[in-house]
Amino acid sequence: MNEFTIPIVFSVVIGTLSRIYMFRTDYRQYPTYPHGMIIHLALGFIAAALGALVVPSIMSEEFTAVTFLTLAASQFREVRNMERKTLTEMDTLELVPRGASYIEGIAVTFEGRNYLVIFISFVTSLAYLSLNIWASLVAAVLSFLVAKKYMTGSKLGKIATIEHSELSFEGAGLYVDNIYIMNIGIPERQEEILNHGLGFVISPKNFDARMTIGNLGQRQAILHDLAISLGVYRDSGTPALVPLIKRDLDDGRIGVFILPQNKNVDLAKKIISQVPTLENAIRMPTETKEKGSDQS
Amino acid sequence: MILEKVILAAITNSVNKVPVGGNVFVCDSKEEMDKVAAELEAILDGIAHKLSNDVYIIVKH
Repeated sequence: MNEFTIPIVFSVVIGTLSRIYMFRTDYRQYPTYPHGMIIHLALGFIAAALGALVVPSIMSEEFTAVTFLTLAASQFREVRNMERKTLTEMDTLELVPRGASYIEGIAVTFEGRNYLVIFISFVTSLAYLSLNIWASLVAAVLSFLVAKKYMTGSKLGKIATIEHSELSFEGAGLYVDNIYIMNIGIPERQEEILNHGLGFVISPKNFDARMTIGNLGQRQAILHDLAISLGVYRDSGTPALVPLIKRDLDDGRIGVFILPQNKNVDLAKKIISQVPTLENAIRMPTETKEKGSDQS
Repeated sequence: MILEKVILAAITNSVNKVPVGGNVFVCDSKEEMDKVAAELEAILDGIAHKLSNDVYIIVKH
C-alpha cells in the first residue's frame, strides 16, 4: 500500500461502475449475451485502470509511463473490429438486417464508451489526488453527466416529421401516399399487403435532413428498428413481403412500407421518431461555404 | 452462386408477348396465371411482378 493505492482503486471502481451503467439492453437487443457482457465488462475494467493510472504516474515523475495510453487506443480499436465482425455475421440471419451503417454506428459506440470510461476514471483520480475523496466524488458525478450527454445521439424525430399514410395499389404498383414502392403481381399478395401493411411518410424538416434520411444505411436502420419492435410479417423465401423504403425524388420525403405483426400505428410512429440518426448518415450540405468551390 | 435482378421465369396467357427461350409458362386463364405465379414465387424465392394483364415475371432481387 502506498499513497496512490486508495485513489487508484477508487477511480477504477468508479470507471467500471460507469461502464456497467452504459450497458443498456433495450429494444436493440444488444448486448444480451452474458459472455458478450463479460468481455465488455473486462475491457471496461482495463480502461478504468488505464485512466486511473495516468495521474499517479505523472505525480511520481514516470512520464514515459503515459505511453501505455497508446496501447489502450489500439486495444479498443480491436473492440470495434470485434463488434463489427460479430454483428455483420449475425446480420445475414436477420429477417430485416441492420445494415452496415447501423452496425458501424454500434461498433464505434462500443469503442467510444471505453474512452469515456478512461476519461471518467482519469478525472476521478485527478480530483482525488489533487484535492480529496469528496472532490473526486463530485468530479466523478460531473464527468458521468458529461459522458451521458455524449452517449446519446440525436433522434430521427428531431430532423423529420412522421405521418401515417394508407397503402394503395395502382395496377400492380404499390404506393405509400404518392411514393412508388414496388410492383406486386399476384392479387392474393396484394390483398395480404393491404391487410397487414402499414405505410408512413417521413418528411425532412430541412435540406440537411433531406440528405440524411435519404441515406440507405439510415433507411435500413429505420426498417430494422420497426421490425424489432413491432415484429415482422414475413419469412425467409417471401421477398414480396420485405419491408421497403423509397424516396420521393422531388422533395426528399421517404415512404416507409412495412408489414408488422403488431399493427399499432401510434407505437410505430413513436419508434420511427426514436430511431437514432446514424453518425455516418448525417450530411450538412448547407454548411458548404460559398467560396468552397474556388478553393478546391 | 448468387443471382440478382434476374428474370427467373415468365408466366403468360398470350404466348406472343414473351420472348422465346426463357422459362415461359403458358397458361389458359388469368386464374391459372395467378396460381402458377404464386407457386413459382414461393419455389424460386423471387417476386412476381406484373408487366401487363397478360404477363407476369418472377424476378430475383
